[in-house]
Amino acid sequence: MNDDTGQRLGEMVAALYRSESRRIFATLVRLLGDFDLADEALHDAFKAALEQWPRDGVPANPRAWLVSTGRFKAIDAIRRRARFDASQALLAERLATDTHDPTALDNESIADDRLRLIFTCCHPALSPEARVALTLREVCDLTTEEIAHAFLTVPSTLAQRIVRAKAKIRAARIPYQVPSLAELPDRLDTVLQVIYLVFNEGYSATSGLSLTRTDLSGEAIRLARLLVELLPEPEVLGLLALMLLQESRRVARTSPAGDLILLEDQDRSLWNRELIAEGKALLEQAQSLRPIGAYTLQAAIAAVHAESPKAAGTNWGQIVELYDALLRAVPSSVVELNRAVAVAMRDGPETGLERIDAILARGDLSEYHLAHAARADLCRRLGRMAEARSSYERALCLTRQDPERRVIERRLAELQI
Amino acid sequence: MKYICLGYIEEKKWETMSESERNAMMDECFTYDEVLRKNGHFVGGEALQGARNATTLRWKNGKVSITDGPYAETKEQLGGILVLEARDLNHAIQLMSRHPGVKAGPFEIRPAEDLSALVAESERRRSKT
Repeated sequence: MNDDTGQRLGEMVAALYRSESRRIFATLVRLLGDFDLADEALHDAFKAALEQWPRDGVPANPRAWLVSTGRFKAIDAIRRRARFDASQALLAERLATDTHDPTALDNESIADDRLRLIFTCCHPALSPEARVALTLREVCDLTTEEIAHAFLTVPSTLAQRIVRAKAKIRAARIPYQVPSLAELPDRLDTVLQVIYLVFNEGYSATSGLSLTRTDLSGEAIRLARLLVELLPEPEVLGLLALMLLQESRRVARTSPAGDLILLEDQDRSLWNRELIAEGKALLEQAQSLRPIGAYTLQAAIAAVHAESPKAAGTNWGQIVELYDALLRAVPSSVVELNRAVAVAMRDGPETGLERIDAILARGDLSEYHLAHAARADLCRRLGRMAEARSSYERALCLTRQDPERRVIERRLAELQI
Repeated sequence: MKYICLGYIEEKKWETMSESERNAMMDECFTYDEVLRKNGHFVGGEALQGARNATTLRWKNGKVSITDGPYAETKEQLGGILVLEARDLNHAIQLMSRHPGVKAGPFEIRPAEDLSALVAESERRRSKT
């Protein structure tokens, strides 16, 4: 074999690693019952491929070869350890007698393994922070440093979070399985929450860190695409639609100076039409299925905005109706607030203000900056400037994010004129 | 695998329930315990008397100090323990989610720790001396 073939083979193995390693890892976790063992086995298998394929040729089914090689390497490693630790001997025997035919690795069982991995990483018995970290690490294959950087944490803290989560999976025996039909809706909800949280981490921050943050949103969209492929439940389609429709406005929602631009002021020609088209197609698919859930309804609201070439032409009547449905699906004061704003756009600021004041009077949103900002906007439109000022000031006190603070400060400055 | 299920209860709420409400709740719980027992999931368990009958021992200044009351004064107090045999955590969650006691207060599920290796090691240590 000459160097040229050797190099080509090396490139092929590297490409195989990029496209297949997460699938192979998911299957190895099932076969070996342990994340760390599977991780070691995965790397041993690829090392073996680099050593053996130049000599023996590339096997007919590289993926099956890598899985079965990884499995044998792991059993060998456990047997070696068994010389010092008797409990490992039992484990090695159990794994070795587990009759397993690598050629039986059809696409369906591999898809199941990837789903198992997602559901295990997003198990409700793990802390929400651990679910996010573990999913990005094990399903998306981000490094600990990349995840820590994106979430503004120290890598050692994040690494510890992952180690603890894996230890709990092992010690409390969290099984590697797709939940039963009866549990699926609740458990799927946890998975969707993880994906949307990752997306929002990447979407809501702007300014200096925007670059890595964008990657996080991209990762969430990739994850949702994978889930759509594996488990096309209506809310999975709805969530992907929602994220694509929000993502379509990314360029338009930040000024070159890093300031947040509100929906009504955005240059809509900057919206990404391709993402909108894809989001709307997914939304239609989700709406043709039942039940219609909260993500699908939020996507439908985003789609109404996407369909309107100008802010003034927005179909607020339709948006109010969608908020009504959303309130029935997930009763919450924040949804009620958003509905009140839509009502103000449909019926005039006076009606909207009445509703916001009623919500604020109940007290559950009195610490929520957007409730005061929305109230201030309506007062301003009604010419009640003193009231507008005090509500903007209240909102400013409660806002932590810089871009949002600047929006409110701008509004306050406009009032002075 | 064994899981220890710690059942917590809000004692004040329990005391303010009517007798028939309390009886209904107990009947439901005991019926479900029977189901668990019949299927081999109920390894053991005990109900606890109220926290007001608890006594807490602490090592303080080189000797044991004895105080009245539970270790921690919280709204919900440990009301009973159940030793559950289950395949894995999902199975344990599934079995305990159906336990009517979960409506009276939270269940904390903890896997039992296997100390046999530590005990054997300790025995080896002690036999040397």
